[in-house]
Amino acid sequence: MEANRGRARWRCRRSLLELDLVLARFLETGFEHLDDEQVADFEDLLRCDDYDLWAMINGGKACETGRWQEIVARLRQC
Amino acid sequence: MSVNVSKRTFDAVIVGAGGAGLRAALQLSEAGLKTAVLSKVFPTRSHTVAAQGGVAASLGNSTEDHWHWHMYDTVKGSDWLGDQDAIEFMVRKANEVVIELEHYGMPFDRTDNGKIYQRPFGGHSMNYGKAPVMRSCAAADRTGHAMLHALYQRNVRANTQFFVEWMALDLLRDAGGNVLGVIALELETGEVSIFHTRATVFATGGAGRIFYSSTNAFTNTGDGLGMAARAGIPLEDLEFWQFHPTGVAGAGVLITEGVRGEGGMLRNADGERFMERYAPNLKDLASRDVVSRSMVTEINEGRGCGPDKDHVMLDITHLSPEVIMKRLPGIREISIRFAGVDPIKAPIPVVPTAHYQMGGIPTNYKGQVVAPKGDNPNTPVPGFYAAGECACASVHGANRLGTNSLLDLLVFGKSAGESVVEDFKTGNLALHPLPADAADQALARLARLESQREGNAVADVRLAMQRTMQKHAGVFRFNDLLKEGVTRILEVAESAKATYIKDKSKVWNTARQEALELDNQIEVAKAAMISAEARKESRGAHVRDDAPNTDEHPNGRDDQNWLKHTLWFSADNHLEYKPVNLKPMSDDVEPIALAKRTY
Repeated sequence: MEANRGRARWRCRRSLLELDLVLARFLETGFEHLDDEQVADFEDLLRCDDYDLWAMINGGKACETGRWQEIVARLRQC
Repeated sequence: MSVNVSKRTFDAVIVGAGGAGLRAALQLSEAGLKTAVLSKVFPTRSHTVAAQGGVAASLGNSTEDHWHWHMYDTVKGSDWLGDQDAIEFMVRKANEVVIELEHYGMPFDRTDNGKIYQRPFGGHSMNYGKAPVMRSCAAADRTGHAMLHALYQRNVRANTQFFVEWMALDLLRDAGGNVLGVIALELETGEVSIFHTRATVFATGGAGRIFYSSTNAFTNTGDGLGMAARAGIPLEDLEFWQFHPTGVAGAGVLITEGVRGEGGMLRNADGERFMERYAPNLKDLASRDVVSRSMVTEINEGRGCGPDKDHVMLDITHLSPEVIMKRLPGIREISIRFAGVDPIKAPIPVVPTAHYQMGGIPTNYKGQVVAPKGDNPNTPVPGFYAAGECACASVHGANRLGTNSLLDLLVFGKSAGESVVEDFKTGNLALHPLPADAADQALARLARLESQREGNAVADVRLAMQRTMQKHAGVFRFNDLLKEGVTRILEVAESAKATYIKDKSKVWNTARQEALELDNQIEVAKAAMISAEARKESRGAHVRDDAPNTDEHPNGRDDQNWLKHTLWFSADNHLEYKPVNLKPMSDDVEPIALAKRTY
C-alpha cells in the first residue's frame, strides 16, 4: 500500500505549474490522512487530463464523479 | 542500493516525450526503427501542454507573409546571437511541419474559408518590421495541449514503444566519445536498465526550475542538460533566460499581459505607478524586458513591497468588479489561490519570473549534437542528437520570440529524427560495444544516496540554488552580484554532493527522484551563473547594469567582443567560445545584417 501512495505522489507531477502547486499543498496537508480506498480514488482522479483537472479544482467545471467529489473539494481548499 | 543492471537494445532511444521527443519518435517509428521513448511522466503531462500562444509559420492565410520576414524577425529577436543557417532552416520548414500536424488531426482554429486561422503575436512583423503580421497558428489557448495529444496519438498508431515513468540517469559514452545510449531507472520497480542503442535523442525540455520564481512545471529539471554535462558535452549560451514580468510572487504562476492591457498598473511600496518614470509613453505596457528591469530596479532600490521588500504590486482595484469578473476571471482565481488576495479588493504581488531557456545542448540544424574537436567547434558527437528547449540550435539566440518555441520543437524534433534515419541508412550508426564500466557513474550516484546516513536535505539545497540564481543572475544583472553568485553557486554545488534522503525504498521513491533531479539542476545552474558572469555585455535577455545603452554599444551590446556563443564545460567549469553563424543556409536569402534591436 505504501507503494501505491508513492505512485500517487509521483503522479502529482503535472504539465501545469498551477496543478503542481495545488497538488503539492495537498500532499503536505491532506494526503497522509487518506485511507487506502481514498488513495485509489485520488489516483483515479489523477488520470484526468490536466486542463480538466484544473477546471474542476478552480471551480470552472463541476466534478460529476461522485467518489472524487470529496477529494476535489479538499483540493479546492489547497 | 544493490542493483542488477539489465540491458535492452534498440536502434534508438529518445529521452523525453514532450513535443520535440514525440515528433522525433514519430520520424523514427514510421521509418521502421526500433525506438524506445523514455518519459518521467505520462507523455501528455509534459510541459509542452502549458504552451498557449501558438506556432509560427508564414502560411500567409490571414495576412500576406513570407519566410524572409519570419527569418528577419527571429534574427532580430535573437539580438543577432541566433545562427542564421538554423534560423533559415526553421522558418522554411515551418509551413511543412504545421500542415503535417494538421493532417495528424490537430484542431487548429479556422478562417471562414476553412484554412488555418492565424493571429498576430509580439515581435512578428511583415516586410521587415513595418507592421504586425498574423503568423501564429493556434488551437484556441490550448495549442501545446492539442499538439501533444495529436503527436501522441500518431505515435501510438506508429507503434512507438513508450517506457513511461522511467527516468534516464546518465548518458553512456565510450572512450572514443561515441554515445551508446542511456542508463535509466524505472520508478515502479526500481529496475535499472541500460538502453544500448545506435542513436540517442535528448528532448528533455528546459530547466527553468533552477530559479526561485519560475513559470515552469516541477518536472522541468534540465535532466538532459545535466546528463550531457556529466558526459563531457559542453552547454551553450546558458546565460540567456527569458523572464516574464508578472509571475505571482512566491508561486510563479503567470499573470498574462492582458491584465495590464485591461488597465492594470504596477505600483511600488510607496504606491507609486513607477512605470511612468521608466516608460512615459507605454507605461505598464512597455515590452517585457523593460517592465521586468524596471520592477527589479524598484526592488533593488528599496521600494519593493512586503516584509522582505522583494516584489511589487499589480493593481487592478480601480477596475469595476464586473469588468474583473467578466474579462479576467481566471486571473482572479489564480490571485486568490496563489497570492491570497482578491484583486477586486487588493493588488496582486508579482515578480519577474523565469520562463524559457534559450541555451542548451549545442546542436546544428540537423539536430546533431556538436562539440569542439580539433579546429572545428561544431563537430558532431557520434550517435547523439537533441531537440526542443533542452537543445541550442541556435535559433533563439539571446531572446526567443513567442510562438517560435512550438515551432522549434516541431522542426528540430523532426530534423533530429530525419538525421537519425539518414545516418542509420547510410551505415553511420554502429552499435558500439558497451565498456565494462558503462553503468558505473549512474550506479555510484545511486549508491551514494543509498549509503548517505546524514547530510543536506534536498529541499534545502534546491532552495539555496533557486535563491542564489534569482538574486545573482536574475532579470537584471550586476557585476558584483554575478561574481558573488559564482562563488555562492559553487558552494551550493558542493553541498549537493552530500544530499541525504531518509527514505531508502526502492520503488516510487519521490525523495530519491528529487535528489537525482537536483544533480541535473545544479549542472545547469553552474553553467548559467558562470556564463553570465563572464559575458561583459548586454544582449537580448542578458542585461548588465555595467553594460548600458551608449552610442558605441547600442543597448549595451558589444559585437566586437561578444558576438559569439558561450560553451561551458562541467569538468572544470571552464568556458570556450565559438562564432555565431551569420551566414544563412542557402543563397536564397541575404544575411540579416547587424543592427540595433529596436521596436
